[in-house]
Amino acid sequence: MYDFNYKRASSVDDATASVAEADEGKFVAGGMTLLPTLKQRLAQPSDLVDLADLGDLIGITVNDSTVTIGAMTPHAVVNASADVQKAIPALAKLAGLIGDPMVRNRGTIGGSISNNDPAADYPSAVVGLGATVHTNKREIAGDDFFVGLFETALEEDELVTKVVFPVPDKAAYMKFPNPASRYAIVGTFVSQGPQGTRVAVTGAGSHVFRQSDMEAALEANFASEAVENIKQDDSDLNTDIHASAEYRAHLVTIMAKRAVAEANG
Amino acid sequence: MSGAKMETPMTTTTVSMTVNGKQVSADVENRTLLVQYLRESLGLTGTHVGCDTSQCGACTIYVNGLPIKSCTMLARQADGAEVTTIEGLADGDTLHPMQEAFRENHALQCGFCTPGMVMSAIGIVERNKDSLDEKTVRHELEGNFCRCTGYHNIVKAILAAHKEMTA
Repeated sequence: MYDFNYKRASSVDDATASVAEADEGKFVAGGMTLLPTLKQRLAQPSDLVDLADLGDLIGITVNDSTVTIGAMTPHAVVNASADVQKAIPALAKLAGLIGDPMVRNRGTIGGSISNNDPAADYPSAVVGLGATVHTNKREIAGDDFFVGLFETALEEDELVTKVVFPVPDKAAYMKFPNPASRYAIVGTFVSQGPQGTRVAVTGAGSHVFRQSDMEAALEANFASEAVENIKQDDSDLNTDIHASAEYRAHLVTIMAKRAVAEANG
Repeated sequence: MSGAKMETPMTTTTVSMTVNGKQVSADVENRTLLVQYLRESLGLTGTHVGCDTSQCGACTIYVNGLPIKSCTMLARQADGAEVTTIEGLADGDTLHPMQEAFRENHALQCGFCTPGMVMSAIGIVERNKDSLDEKTVRHELEGNFCRCTGYHNIVKAILAAHKEMTA
């Protein structure tokens, strides 16, 4: 790791001001992706601004129509929340599929979506449920938040404070994990509800995307048969040592089909 | 500093925490990992570094009551924390029930993964106090790799320790 300056922020304003003042400042939440990145010297921030003391950003609020998760809420807390399990079971389940128990004790939803790893799980829920991302400056529709490989709509000194998920009529997440890292080789989140019919795919492309052919088919008939013959175009998908683009395209259909079956219970 | 070529001058900061019930402190760089702090500054070499990429779980310890991977946390992030490592489990010559169960069930061969396995296993028991079955143990061991045992005796040991610890 290259060395850096380190500071624990005392408030959201302190955190954003500290990053704004630094040459190349970075927020650190749970650090579950950032620290491995630094260890491999794939990034060289001048300053790390730790959000660990921002207790206001931790917590879950559930009402009839929404589930609101504070940005610094760890995955283990979302997974174990009886309120989330009741309102959006697919979201609680997704949180429990990230990494492993130790990673889930540190990793946070805000960190996950801000980092926007192409194989992260949470982006598929944000897009797949039509959630809204709240920052210290504004509200960003989930559909507009993820813009490219490790790239979001966030400005340099903009900090995610919470994510508001509308409660769907039904939803499910199905992923084909890498057996060592548990990252999604492909993960598909499907839902039907106030945000329409949605199919969000993570792991397959540069960032999460909506599968519009499947959404149209499910809009007409929300059944696994409706998607089982819909092929995903593999021309823009990822190829790496774990899976080819062709294989990932195949998995998109399989995961979508299984997710719909699970959503239908 | 003569002859050293560094873009950022390395600063050190004193980090203090409670490790295995004892108040400790040491000077660290900002980039010092918690596992380095434990092994190199405090000499607590029971916590191992296996993959160093937060996958294998050999570095698992407890911080503020939860199991975490100490190769993926900075020492400075643990400033003021309560830490328990494998060295803090036994009560004198009496092993912790999880350590005893690993011994009884031959749940190790080379032993490299064992400290992390034991710490992680205690987390499994704590999360599943009311009931614990083999499937849950196997699933929740997903963050700990063992290359000797085939996991079977580790699973047996954790189930045995669960009985002991919740009796």
